[in-house]
Amino acid sequence: MSGTLTLNKITAQRGISVGDAAKKIADLGWNPSYVQEAMTFPTDYKITKAPKDPMKQVLRSYFPMQEEKDNRVYGALDAALRGDMFRNVEPRWVEWMKLFLAIIPFPEISAARSMAMVGRLAPGEDLRTGFTMQMVDEFRHSTIQMNLKRWYMENYIDPAGFDITEEAFGKCYATTIGRQFGEGFITGDAITSANIYLTVVAETAFTNTLFVAMPSEAARNGDYALPTVFLSVQSDESRHIGNGHSMLMSMLKEPDNHLLIERDLRYAFWQNHAIVDAAIGTFIEYGTTNRDKNKESYAEMWHRWIFEDYYRTYMLPLEKYGIKIHHDDVQTAWKRLTEKHYVHRVAQFFAVGWSVNFWRIEAQTDKDFEWFEHKYPGWYAQFGEFWKWYEKLSHPGQTNILFNSDVGYVYPHRCWSCLVPCLIREDIVTDEIDGKLYTFAHELDRWTAVQAFAGEYEGRPTPAMGRFSGRREWESCYDGWDLADAIKDLGFVRTDGKTLVPQPHLRFDEKEMWTLDDVRGHTLKSPLLTLREMSPADREAHLAEYRKGFTVNPCN
Amino acid sequence: MTAVPSVSVGSGAAGAAVFPDSDSRRYRYFEPRSKRATHYEDVTVDVQPDPERYLLQDWIISFPNGKGAYTKDNTAALSSNWHAFRAPDQEWERTHYQRQSKIEGMVQSVIANGRKSGAPKAFNKAWVKILQNHLGAWKHVEFGLGTSLMQAQRYGYTQMINNATLTNSSYKLRLAQDITLYLAEIGMDIPGFDDAAGKRTWLEDKGWQGAREAVESIMGSSDYLEQYFAINIVFEPLVGELFRSGFLMQVASSNGDFITPSVISAAEADYERNLANTIDLLHLLVTDNQHAAHNKNLFQGWVDKHVALANKAAAGLQPIWSQPHSKPVQYADARAQSVERIKKILGELGLVLPKE
Repeated sequence: MSGTLTLNKITAQRGISVGDAAKKIADLGWNPSYVQEAMTFPTDYKITKAPKDPMKQVLRSYFPMQEEKDNRVYGALDAALRGDMFRNVEPRWVEWMKLFLAIIPFPEISAARSMAMVGRLAPGEDLRTGFTMQMVDEFRHSTIQMNLKRWYMENYIDPAGFDITEEAFGKCYATTIGRQFGEGFITGDAITSANIYLTVVAETAFTNTLFVAMPSEAARNGDYALPTVFLSVQSDESRHIGNGHSMLMSMLKEPDNHLLIERDLRYAFWQNHAIVDAAIGTFIEYGTTNRDKNKESYAEMWHRWIFEDYYRTYMLPLEKYGIKIHHDDVQTAWKRLTEKHYVHRVAQFFAVGWSVNFWRIEAQTDKDFEWFEHKYPGWYAQFGEFWKWYEKLSHPGQTNILFNSDVGYVYPHRCWSCLVPCLIREDIVTDEIDGKLYTFAHELDRWTAVQAFAGEYEGRPTPAMGRFSGRREWESCYDGWDLADAIKDLGFVRTDGKTLVPQPHLRFDEKEMWTLDDVRGHTLKSPLLTLREMSPADREAHLAEYRKGFTVNPCN
Repeated sequence: MTAVPSVSVGSGAAGAAVFPDSDSRRYRYFEPRSKRATHYEDVTVDVQPDPERYLLQDWIISFPNGKGAYTKDNTAALSSNWHAFRAPDQEWERTHYQRQSKIEGMVQSVIANGRKSGAPKAFNKAWVKILQNHLGAWKHVEFGLGTSLMQAQRYGYTQMINNATLTNSSYKLRLAQDITLYLAEIGMDIPGFDDAAGKRTWLEDKGWQGAREAVESIMGSSDYLEQYFAINIVFEPLVGELFRSGFLMQVASSNGDFITPSVISAAEADYERNLANTIDLLHLLVTDNQHAAHNKNLFQGWVDKHVALANKAAAGLQPIWSQPHSKPVQYADARAQSVERIKKILGELGLVLPKE
């Protein structure tokens, strides 16, 4: 038999090239002449140039590829159970997954919805398949993540918190930050939300920390399921990044868009930093038990992925198209992560509020202290005593750390823009919107709420831009409530009607678990409403004091 | 540095310790449709929140008109409980990819094997023209409906509604692409096959203009539920099934074509699922304890509007039935069947088919 004869050669038949297939599929669209499509998604951008599809994929190959990826994911989940993964998993880690997996399916499905918006606004149909795939991808991500959460609930030692997940998402004082993220994909100017905020910034820059850095840390904590699911999710992101970039290139062609692109890149970068770094930074640095000093810290990973990869290779080249890039913002974010201990302050805030969460937060220990000090010099002086207090006050019968004046922690104001509190105390700013006073974590947050999310931007009407709305300061929802009543109202009580879902420790013993009686007798207050009630002079004095920060008392 | 590490039970596995809710292994924030929640319900229900379930702070970003991300007035229909709907097809990502992938595998195998055996060259010449022009035009119908549903999936008030609409869109857009690639591939085997003729026919052929108007009317609607309704309750039985089942599927084989029915057959199964989803949702609305009368009245208006358009579309396609060399089925019979079909569908919802 000839050595060159193969089955492929015998059976091969002429087919159409990928490029030709994509071209024919792009020709499925037409300009309606009987009834015009309603412009239901408002935008202030002008898009006249049809975006091109860099990926040239077709659904015929997409569906089998995704099914194969799914088979690997579900096979791995089965294997993890057979390998008794949960016997060796670190509960400290899985507990934080109660928060993470409560948040993430909503932004994912919001991204699916936002494909309707870019699909309608993009001229031509070249990128329609890209948007369609992304729509189905995001449906995949949302339901595969809900499935993972269900799997944890079925197999992890403490399912409480997973069992109320979507309800908790709508109510918790920490998940409000995630809702800001998800709603940002679908509300307001359609291009601001669905293109710049979602695709150009969140997906292109921050999914690396979300879906690559986090899985690595999961694996270090004996959790092989999260990497399996999330690296599979991340493998879809390159297509999405392509969609976003292609749309962006189309928009750049129109000089009128440049000011809006500058505004939206600024808003989106800053808010992604404030939200994603707060959450993922905390999960990675505080949800782990692995204190290998050779591994990268979150800040080091951020520098690699956000600073080097995204800022230098994606944002900077936009300058040659005439887009003003705010270099200082990137530097400021970097400084917040390193010099100003942003992530550590967020973790501290989550821990202080453990009783209005829906997962367990364990105290950091000596081993953790050493690692933090090594990676973030100066950490111990600022946070060491706090975590010792946290451990000390983790036993029922102690006064809840949120209200324990011995500790010295000062509960923070909430940022009206990113919804993470004003944790870098010296940076707090205030401003008024429609005659009402608000607090902001940083000048850029103030700029976002007051100048970017408005009907006019630098003298230019922006009628499509969204507005910040609702009861954004979580604390005002329970102003004047007894803590126990608030927890009951939140639904963060186990089915015995008394034991709290959240616990400040990992002791899986009923005797060690806090109940409503242990937290009753403390009244929640809204820092914003309190600030508004002050006289101008008192308010200035209060803010001056706030900017000075606080010192946690020694814990003996 | 004296903090004391917590003492754990040495395992993170279910059952390693007993304490309150250590056995709470079901999502407990929603009522399942049956005694036990299905996998679909677990991964779907309440992922899209709203102020009723469970947004304590309401929507926190709004459009300039003050509306939040999802509002009930994206449709004129009213419901006392938008959250009640569960899609009968129980589709979530895994089942969706499994089904779509299986269809793509089947379609590609049929086309590849048909081409290997030289089947396209044996197609009746008149039939080739029909595929080129009319199946070529039909792919635009499926595309227009798919993009309408892609638009609609942004607007429903619950995750269940939007995900059912999303998968419907995915099925339609897959079919539009399947037809496109199928025609391009057999076109390589058939001398003189004009791959661009389909779009010309769609845009210019008088017989197709009714279909184009009907599809564009659906694309142009800003009521997501009207789009979903018009597609699955009206257009599909009166035009979609009429052309796919009542013509292509029945006429192809007697004109030497065993490939086209296989490519198209998946769409009929897609439609059964999408129809079941739509009827279930609409049934909730026409039996709503507060808004049944309003909804029935609204839906009857949509029936009247879209049936008129669909009838015009169907009438425009009538001459196609006389074009094949072999004519095993008459337009009148196919049409009678599709009228019976829509009557049955409308009957389920207490709606009536307007007289022509």
